[in-house]
Amino acid sequence: MKPFEYHRAADVREAVALVAANPDARYLAGGTNLVDLMKLGVERPSLLVDVSGLPLRDITETADGGVHIGALVSNSDIAADRRVRERYPALARAILAGASGQLRNMATAGGNLMQRTRCMYFTDVTQPCNKRAPGTGCGARRGEHHNLAVLGASEHCIATHPSDMAVALVALDAQVHVHESDGPRTALLAEFYRPVADTPEREFELQPGGLVTGFTLPASAFAARSTYRKVRERASFAFAIGSAAAAVEVRDGTIAQARVALGAAASHPWRAYAVERLLAGAPAVRETFVEAADAELAAAAPLPDNAYKVKLLHHLIVSTLREVATR
Amino acid sequence: MTDIANAEYAYDLSLTVNGEPHTVRVDSRTTLLDLLRDGLDLTGTKKGCDHGQCGACTVLLDGRRVNSCLVLAVTLADRTVTTIEGIGPHPVQDAFVAYDAYQCGYCTPGQICSAVAMLNEVRSGWASSVTDDVAAEPALDESEIRERMSGNLCRCGAYVNIVAAISSAGGAGVGSAVGSAGGGR
Repeated sequence: MKPFEYHRAADVREAVALVAANPDARYLAGGTNLVDLMKLGVERPSLLVDVSGLPLRDITETADGGVHIGALVSNSDIAADRRVRERYPALARAILAGASGQLRNMATAGGNLMQRTRCMYFTDVTQPCNKRAPGTGCGARRGEHHNLAVLGASEHCIATHPSDMAVALVALDAQVHVHESDGPRTALLAEFYRPVADTPEREFELQPGGLVTGFTLPASAFAARSTYRKVRERASFAFAIGSAAAAVEVRDGTIAQARVALGAAASHPWRAYAVERLLAGAPAVRETFVEAADAELAAAAPLPDNAYKVKLLHHLIVSTLREVATR
Repeated sequence: MTDIANAEYAYDLSLTVNGEPHTVRVDSRTTLLDLLRDGLDLTGTKKGCDHGQCGACTVLLDGRRVNSCLVLAVTLADRTVTTIEGIGPHPVQDAFVAYDAYQCGYCTPGQICSAVAMLNEVRSGWASSVTDDVAAEPALDESEIRERMSGNLCRCGAYVNIVAAISSAGGAGVGSAVGSAGGGR
């Protein structure tokens, strides 16, 4: 690991100023992703700004009945929170489906959102990777890509965002709060992740030095009936090969509105807008769910070894919707 | 003072390990795992993958289980660490002996630290990925133990006896003096 200076941030403003002024500086919170990437040589910071002591550790109710979660709340504490478990079960389920007990104790809310892809070309510094080293090419397209993106990818990058938690948050209309050099800002999380296009190295709509300070879940009458389903290659402690978060409001057998997002499908948590459009006003029956899945996946562009994911995601959309809309 | 720094970026800090206060000088790159083994001669904690995937390095940090290979020691000022050397005597240890829950033993310190903290998580009402109703209080059964212990690999494959040992220790309803799921700072 390259030697680096360590600094414990006193407040958010100081932390943002330090990291904004030094392109080789990185924030350190739970460290579960960053320290690993530093051992691999993928990240080589000259300065670590430890934000773990900042006062961003609380889960609080918002004025309109939603829940605000500070960026430094551990993944375990979010999943254990009574309000999250009762009002936003998809979020608790998504977090519990990720990583291990040890890692969830260490990993923070903000770090989970900002974690990097586990594409093996990104994590292996001897390989080409446009995300890690722009301009070197994408080794995955003609290499090992069985778990990479089938939606929204580009010729430059087919990496997937690895988070489970973020998929549930995108489905639940979460807002992300960031602090940048010119002050605080709030955005819809679904719009915080940038499309790949020709800049896979720029994953977030965030100025240099920007720090995620928390996220807010809006009040919802139907998020209490949300869920998260994850498919992986072993029973536990593995990244998804496909996942779906869904919340559906059904009245008298008709879907009033739906929120659906897919994981391990694209470069970012994939809000399934085509599914949502087709579900609104339609009967809550299997045929509707199949039609919606068809519509969402019509744009899928798989490669030889990840073509199975299109069918897998189709099944996931249908089965997850059946679970939340017909029980 | 324990000094395992030999580079330009060295930092002094105080922390508590197994009830003992320590003042150490560490390189910014030193992990908690390396501080324990190389600096404090607490070699019960094992280095397996060194990437947070195998759980052999599991210790309790302020009562919660963590992978010590991914914790930078420089971040631990005034924190409290419990390793396998400080966890006992504990009923989970007795159960591992009684149920022959190991073969080579390399993963065992991590398994035991993880199990002790995991049982506290269950007592605190934390759900898991296999809990049917995520809002309900979980019950400790075999599938819950397997899910909750998935961060600890055993290459000998002693899982059957590990699950039995933890089930026995957890089912006895034995409280723990070491940490609690609510103990994170």
